[in-house]
Amino acid sequence: MSVGLVLVSHSRALAQGLADVARQMAPSVSIVPAGGTDDGGIGTSFDLISAAIAQADQGDGAILLYDLGSGYLTASTAVEFLDPEQAERVVIVDAPLVQGAVSAAISSQVGGDLRAVVSGALEARRADGPGGVRSLDDLDG
Amino acid sequence: MVCDAATTVAAIRAVAATVAEHRVELTHLDRDIGDGDHGENLSRGFTAVITKLAAGSPETPTAVLKLVATTLISTVGGASGPLFGTAFLRASTSVGAAETLDGTAVAAALTAARDGVVARGKAESGDKTMVDALTPAVNAANAAADGGRGVPEVLSAAADAAADGAVATTPMQARKGRASYLGERSIGHVDPGAQSTAYLLRALAGAAAG
Repeated sequence: MSVGLVLVSHSRALAQGLADVARQMAPSVSIVPAGGTDDGGIGTSFDLISAAIAQADQGDGAILLYDLGSGYLTASTAVEFLDPEQAERVVIVDAPLVQGAVSAAISSQVGGDLRAVVSGALEARRADGPGGVRSLDDLDG
Repeated sequence: MVCDAATTVAAIRAVAATVAEHRVELTHLDRDIGDGDHGENLSRGFTAVITKLAAGSPETPTAVLKLVATTLISTVGGASGPLFGTAFLRASTSVGAAETLDGTAVAAALTAARDGVVARGKAESGDKTMVDALTPAVNAANAAADGGRGVPEVLSAAADAAADGAVATTPMQARKGRASYLGERSIGHVDPGAQSTAYLLRALAGAAAG
């Protein structure tokens, strides 16, 4: 078992594509996309997210990452509907979606527990990327 | 008028009709400062609610409100699903096992609904959200209930205050939701969520007035 990931996005394609990217470096982690509405439109789905949590949490817990505001609202509602015992090991993390997913997936792949995987996702909040403008000062300089 | 499960169902049907009537307008408001789906999303949700009610009506007000809550949460697809869904869920919990509701119970349910929305979305008054319609509505409803008013007067006071609250969002700059990305450009538009909240309460008041 390992800590699973649920990728909440407004777009089915975005969530699916990100799952593909994250699985490259974490082939044995349960990474479950939950993007779009039930009929594949743009939006978020309580039912898809709930089903994704059930799939991602195999006992060691799961983290949820989201793209935009209503992704968080729907995810937090889904977590609130879980059994209290399961809800304790399902954590929504406020982290950049793509980098957070890859970082958390690797943390889980190497055997990290829930706390370590949350920490992996949070790393993405702090870490600089490989390059590009990081401030307007960079732009002006 | 007795406010029981049947009148609660009738009020929800009135809400669904109002949402359908204002679907295009709400979507246009949301196109101005949001993602342009508010009317469509709410309409999809309440259409699903009507379908479920047609399949069999719950027998208590709390069961009606809970059915509305779970259906909206499952079908709306945007932020208003969890927000309105949580509002109806908290209202359902608030009315408890009561077979009939009086003005005080309705005001308490509205208060619980507002508190649920705030807990879910973490918006404060002045953020240009549905809370800017709900909080004045809750205050007016509680004042009417404290004055011994019945359900129609409580809901009418809430609807009036919510309509004023929605208008008052126009000069605000959004600090929550998709509109907040627009910064100062969100000023000068009515918040779609505040407007739909006002319509919803007006429909409830209209149904209660009979």
